[in-house]
Order: sequence, then C-alpha cells, then structure tokens
Amino acid sequence: MSTHDVPEKTAPLSAATLALFDREVAKYPADQKQSAVMACLTIVQRERGYVSVDDERQIADYLGMPTIAVHEVTTFYNMYNQHPVGKYKLNVCTNLPCQLRDGAKALKHLEQKLGTPMGGTTADGMFTLQQSECLGACADSPVMLVNDLTMCSFMTNEKLDQLIDGLRAAQGGAPHKEAQP
Amino acid sequence: MNAQQVLSQFQATGVQTCFHGRHITPQIYADLNGSNWRLKDYEARGGYQALRKILGKDGVAGNETGLTQDQVIATVKESGLRGRGGAGFPTGLKWSFMPRQFPGQKHLVCNSDEGEPGTCKDRDLLQFNPHIVIEGMIIAAYAMGISLGYNYIHGEIFQTYERFEEALEEARAAGYLGNGDGGILGSGFKFELHAAHGFGAYICGEETALLESLEGKKGQPRFKPPFPASFGLYGKPTTINNTETFAAVPWIIRNGGQAYLECGKPNNGGTKIFSVSGDVELPGNYEIPLGTPFSKLLELAGGVRQGRKLKAVIPGGSSAPVLPAAIMMETTMDYDAIAKAGSMLGSGAVIVMDDSRCMVESLKRLSYFYMHESCGQCTPCREGTGWLWRMVDRIHTGQGRATDIDLLNSVADNIQGRTICALGDAAAMPVRAMIKHFRHEFEALIAKNTTPTATQS
Repeated sequence: MSTHDVPEKTAPLSAATLALFDREVAKYPADQKQSAVMACLTIVQRERGYVSVDDERQIADYLGMPTIAVHEVTTFYNMYNQHPVGKYKLNVCTNLPCQLRDGAKALKHLEQKLGTPMGGTTADGMFTLQQSECLGACADSPVMLVNDLTMCSFMTNEKLDQLIDGLRAAQGGAPHKEAQP
Repeated sequence: MNAQQVLSQFQATGVQTCFHGRHITPQIYADLNGSNWRLKDYEARGGYQALRKILGKDGVAGNETGLTQDQVIATVKESGLRGRGGAGFPTGLKWSFMPRQFPGQKHLVCNSDEGEPGTCKDRDLLQFNPHIVIEGMIIAAYAMGISLGYNYIHGEIFQTYERFEEALEEARAAGYLGNGDGGILGSGFKFELHAAHGFGAYICGEETALLESLEGKKGQPRFKPPFPASFGLYGKPTTINNTETFAAVPWIIRNGGQAYLECGKPNNGGTKIFSVSGDVELPGNYEIPLGTPFSKLLELAGGVRQGRKLKAVIPGGSSAPVLPAAIMMETTMDYDAIAKAGSMLGSGAVIVMDDSRCMVESLKRLSYFYMHESCGQCTPCREGTGWLWRMVDRIHTGQGRATDIDLLNSVADNIQGRTICALGDAAAMPVRAMIKHFRHEFEALIAKNTTPTATQS
C-alpha cells in the first residue's frame, strides 16, 4: 500500500496501548510529546506486526503532530514495517564483521531452508527473511534479530534449523500479539 | 515449548564476549558474571560510592562537603579520559564547554546508539553493568549542573534497552535519581534520567542526528556550529558522551585522575574496551589499558583463526582506514599510536582479516553499508556513496575498468570534507585506504576484465 492509497482503517488503539504511550510521553517535557513518536510506533508494531498509515494518523493525533511527520519517522528508520510481515521477522546481519564469520552463509542457508529469497515471506506467512545492517553484536556472528526484539547469537546452520523447526512447532506465545479485532 | 522459549535458547550469555577472564586490569567489565547486574550487586562492587563521594555522602571524615563541580571536572581532565565513541575528544574539556550558569534547562545525553560495524562493547556494558553508566551520568550531570538526561540506545538491542529501564527504576527507588524534595541522597542536587531507543538508523550515532531522533524526527545531522553545548536537545545546551565514557567516570572519581592516567599512557588515560571481530579464534570484547600492543590484543583473542596469517586490520570500526598486518603488529592500541600508524582508534572495533580475504570484496560490503545508511541530506554523500559501491561492485565482479581506481579516489575526494556530518568521510576513508594498501588486488581484478568497455576506457 502506498501512501497515495486511501488509508485502510485499523482498529482504534486500545486503552492498554495508550497507557504504554503515556509512559513514554512522561519521559519528555510537556511541550515535547513528539519525542515519544519512535517508542509509540514501536509499541504499535509489536502489537499489530506493522504500522499502517491509519496507525500513523492515530499516533499523530495522540502526540499532537502532523501525520506526515510520523510517516517521515516510519519511513526513515529501517526497523519499522510499513506492510504486514510474517509472524516472525528474521533479520540476518551480513555487514563486514559478520560476513567474515558466516553471516552471508547464514542468510543463504535460511533462503534455502525457508524457500524464499531475502526480502520475501514464506507462503504460510510464518517467516519474513531480511538482510540487515550492523546489529551491534559483531563478536556473536552469525547473528539474527527476531521480531526486532530477540537477538540470536552464534547461529550456525544447525542452530538455524533448530530455531526454524522450533518456531514452526511452537504452540502460541508469539512474540507479537495477533492482530486485534 | 512456546516461541519465546525457543528463541531464548539462542540468546547470548556474555560468556564468550565478556566473562572470558581475558581482560587486563578491567575497570568497567571487572567482576561481572551476567547475573550480577542489579543495583545491590553494583553497590557490592563499590558502585555509587563515587557519587556519594562527590556529594559528601560517603561517610568519610573531612568529606562532608564533597567535591565542587570544578573539582569533578578537574579530576576528569587530569585523568586524560577521551571520548570512547569514536572521536577521542578529551571528556573533561567537553564538560567544561557546558555553560553551567545557563539559566534554562540543560540536557545530558548518553550515546548508546552503537551501530558502527565491528562494535559491540556498549551492548555488553549496558546489559551486564547498567548502573555504572547511570552513576557516570549522574556525576556528569552534577559537574555540569544538569537536571535532565537521556540514554539513547540502539534499537537493535531492544532487550538491553529494557534492562536499562529496569536499572533506572532501581536507581530511582534507591534515591540515586529523581527530582524529589531534598534531591539525590539529600544533597539538594536533582537529576532525572530516562532511556530512549533508536529503530534501525546508523546515522543516529552521529550526535546531532541522535538529538533530532530524540526530538521525534528523522535522524538527519545538523549543521555545526552551533555545537550541542550551546544548541542541543530542544535547542538547549546539551552534552553528549558515549556509554563507555560515562562508565569510566566512577572509577576516576574513586581512584583519582592521576591513577586513571597511569593505567594507560600519557594523553591516553585508562582502559579501553576493544571489540575484536572477524578472523580470530575468540571474537569478543576485551578491556585492556590503552597503549597495550596490538599483538597482545590479538593473542587475547586467540590469534588469527585456524592458524592463518594476518593480512589486515581495521582498528577502529568500519569507518577507520584499514592497516596492513606489518603496521598493525608494530603498533600499540591507543589514540595517538593508531593515528600515527595512519588510522583511527575510533570506537575500538578491531576487525581482523586473514590472508584468505579479498580486500575488494570486504570494501564492497562496507561501501554497500554506507550507501544504505546515508541519510540523503547532502548530495556528495547521497550520490557519492552509491557511485562508490557500484564501482567497487563492478571491479569485484570482473567488470572493472582501468580508470576505476583513480575514479574511486576522485569520488572519495569529492565526498570527504564536503558533507554536513562525518558519514561521508566514513564512506570515503575505507575506499582510499584499501586502494592505498591493497591496490594490487584492485588491479588484478580489473586485469581480468576482458569486455570491450574495459579496453576502450
């Protein structure tokens, strides 16, 4: 969906979500609520899996800033998902320190294992696979960040297989909540 | 098993990178084991004693008045502490730039946006010893008369951000932070500290981009001057230091500036954490005195992997010029020695490459990174980083032209020094250094190109 499309309406932000927003806003001076925008976007992404244009509008209203200013933030920072992604987003670092320690090989292995090229999502919607820039865990290579939250270190091919098979077999407990009704 | 349990099996424990026992006289990483990061553990290691000392609350007879702001800054100046984030600017001097008498709100910011490829020291520091950063920041705030601070943490280490927030709660509950009546430990001095996080933008490690990000905007660097000391967060005077810089402060206050200086060498005081990555047996973080020979650091990291020969080292993060093995093996790890050898100590990220490595391929990956992370504000960087990557890519894939090497240098020259921030320089310097030291590898790949374009150009 491009920003030129009519924004799809998403559910109103829940009271629980707004309580999390309040906690972030409270960190900043009263006239600087905009400072909380990155945290608010992150909270929404964790709940919904991505940030829709309508979510941006709701955040903008909440923080008292233009919607386009929220959209600028969403589009500038690499980790915000502007579109739905798989249940598990896998970001594999391939920057130089990781390239020297099998980061690119880990990405290739996952491409084969999941049957999707980097940037793609598996047909069952379980996994989105992405190449990422430095995750800041260079000594742990190969490293992979799952759903922008859990850093998985020293990911040999065997461990990657264990992780994928484990997540496929896992019951419930998805790191980000299911889309809200 | 649920999904989170599956994932948690693969989380780093710090054993390989931090609790390996191969530091030399560590101050910041001393006595850590992964489970002793909480306030009570930090206090048991002597934590918050430096804060008590400056506030006159350490119970030592004769220290009822504590240290003045000037005394704290003088101690930090005497220590020779230099900024650990990359620039190596003297910390005490930076603190003295803050207009302490400014009547409005002043801010203190910790730059934990650790995204320089090769660097992972602040992650272990914040994860396993968060209170040392909090204490360092409180002391800095006291010295500069600041009442509000933020620690901006790399979004990719979100769990570390969450831990830091937990540590802040502990510090608040214990009376080390806050704006309550009477101030911190009843001293009258008030300071509140919060954590904020990035979300995937390397450029936010640049201090003015970080400030923009903290203000809830795109992380595009500001033109300087004015510098943050006069126009920083929300347009107010702001001092920004790296995580490790703040973490060094409590030791300095407890033991004195001279003692810290003596840990390192003149003009290069103290210990420094080096993140060693790439072709070594034991990649990890190593805290060692500045001035330690590189050969010793390499030995701590288990030597070059699989007994291969050392080819080259990027000694200070991906932006620093690469140095050949022969030069590295003769140098010591400190700001002045690395500068003399032709590179920069930077953030202390030591990327090791063995003799099997193609330097053109290594440069190609770095050039891709800078193209990807250019914020797009300045034309030389936005366009030039793409040119650099495309040229290195075509050389690497056998499509290089004889003129490409000079053209690469020319493009690098036209980026370096011509942009608002240092990302342009960071993209240009590796190119120039790789060509300078490993020109033959570029030439050999270009010579392989037998397509008509190559002979025509």
